Amino acid sequence: MADTRSITVTVNGQPYTRTVETRLTLADFLRHELGLTGTHLGCEHGVCGACTVLVEGRTARSCLMLAVQAAGKSIVTVEGIAPSETELHPLQQAFQDNHGLQCGFCTPGMLTTLLEFLGDNPDPTEAEVREAISGNLCRCTGYQGIVDAALDAAKRMRK
Amino acid sequence: MKPPPFRYHDPRTLAETIDLLARLENAKLLAGGQSLMPMLNFRYAQPDNVIDLGRVEDLAYIREEGSGLRIGAMTRQRDIEFSDLVRKRCPLMADAIRFVGHRQTRNRGTIGGSLSHLDPAAELPLVCATVDATVHVAGKKGERAIPMAKFPQGYMTPAIEADEMVIAVSVPASGPGYGFVEFARRHGDFAIVAAAATLEIANGTVKRASIALGGVGPAPVRCADAEKLLAGQKPTPDALRAAAETCRKIDAMEDVHAPASYRQHLATVMTRRALEAAVKNAGA
Repeated sequence: MADTRSITVTVNGQPYTRTVETRLTLADFLRHELGLTGTHLGCEHGVCGACTVLVEGRTARSCLMLAVQAAGKSIVTVEGIAPSETELHPLQQAFQDNHGLQCGFCTPGMLTTLLEFLGDNPDPTEAEVREAISGNLCRCTGYQGIVDAALDAAKRMRK
Repeated sequence: MKPPPFRYHDPRTLAETIDLLARLENAKLLAGGQSLMPMLNFRYAQPDNVIDLGRVEDLAYIREEGSGLRIGAMTRQRDIEFSDLVRKRCPLMADAIRFVGHRQTRNRGTIGGSLSHLDPAAELPLVCATVDATVHVAGKKGERAIPMAKFPQGYMTPAIEADEMVIAVSVPASGPGYGFVEFARRHGDFAIVAAAATLEIANGTVKRASIALGGVGPAPVRCADAEKLLAGQKPTPDALRAAAETCRKIDAMEDVHAPASYRQHLATVMTRRALEAAVKNAGA
């Protein structure tokens, strides 16, 4: 019989209680159990960074965490970044304005990664931005638009 | 790619954890999960039982121990990165930690996990080998301390019994004469070659040199010849170059990234750069 647990996880401010298989990853929990498909799964072994979410305010790769490890914790996914249904977060707006995405697959991971990074380092250099996103793969943009967006967002968020 | 079925255990105390480890068949310890989770997803690892250390109390700490440090096994790499105490007492580790994966993985990855996984290119085992750290393990039969020189038994094989676990590492204080460099294809990738060095310099002379290489052999390698050559010498560019050159004869791995001869060449270059950084940081 499958090993299961009942867990309560707060996602984007809302608590969810579900009974899950203990081997379920946090990424699959978010996508399949909660229907929050904004978190993307690329490689499923911690290389591409697409599934990055914030766990207690700190980025983590949700494919490298079990859902049961998130029990009692507070998670923010890409769906939880914007201030309202009709407004974008300044970081999201900067991505739109600077062509920081093309296909959009890596974008959720880029946004969550940069959200933590810009919180810690509000005035980064270009080199620091490139290091910050070194764990996130993008196959469309050549990264330049993403770096521009991050630097632009930093400027907007400092205001 | 999904983990295979297993039974999940989340003990709250060390005693409970050790009891589970002794009792359960084919169990794996889950620390930060940054190596075990990919191995589960790939099904390289197929444990019947997974023991999650995330909720075990008193395993995550950075404390003063004599003039050095004692770091709990579940201390996140991130907490080492931002620790003033680590920067003060083992600046080599504080410097090297930036090369460990990425922010997202350092937020979860632990020092105990890194030591137990013992990847040949991993930075934390390399630092521990350089500064002669001591690994503390615990099991049903009690605790024991393993000097880092004896900790790796081979490729990704630490000297830990199946019913034992790493609980902490003691890190002796090391001075400002440190250098850490690595050559990787991208920032955060596994090092093709990494070099770590600490130099004690007094009155313009090297009193003691510790030099180790990662990514070259199956586990971190201390460069005894280079260390001997530098002891008692003035750290001139020629002396550093001559010491680094001794690393060319190190037995090197060959893989898809680089042939052995390339690693041996890199070993001399990286060692020289680590030594140059150590001299510069020492302010000598």
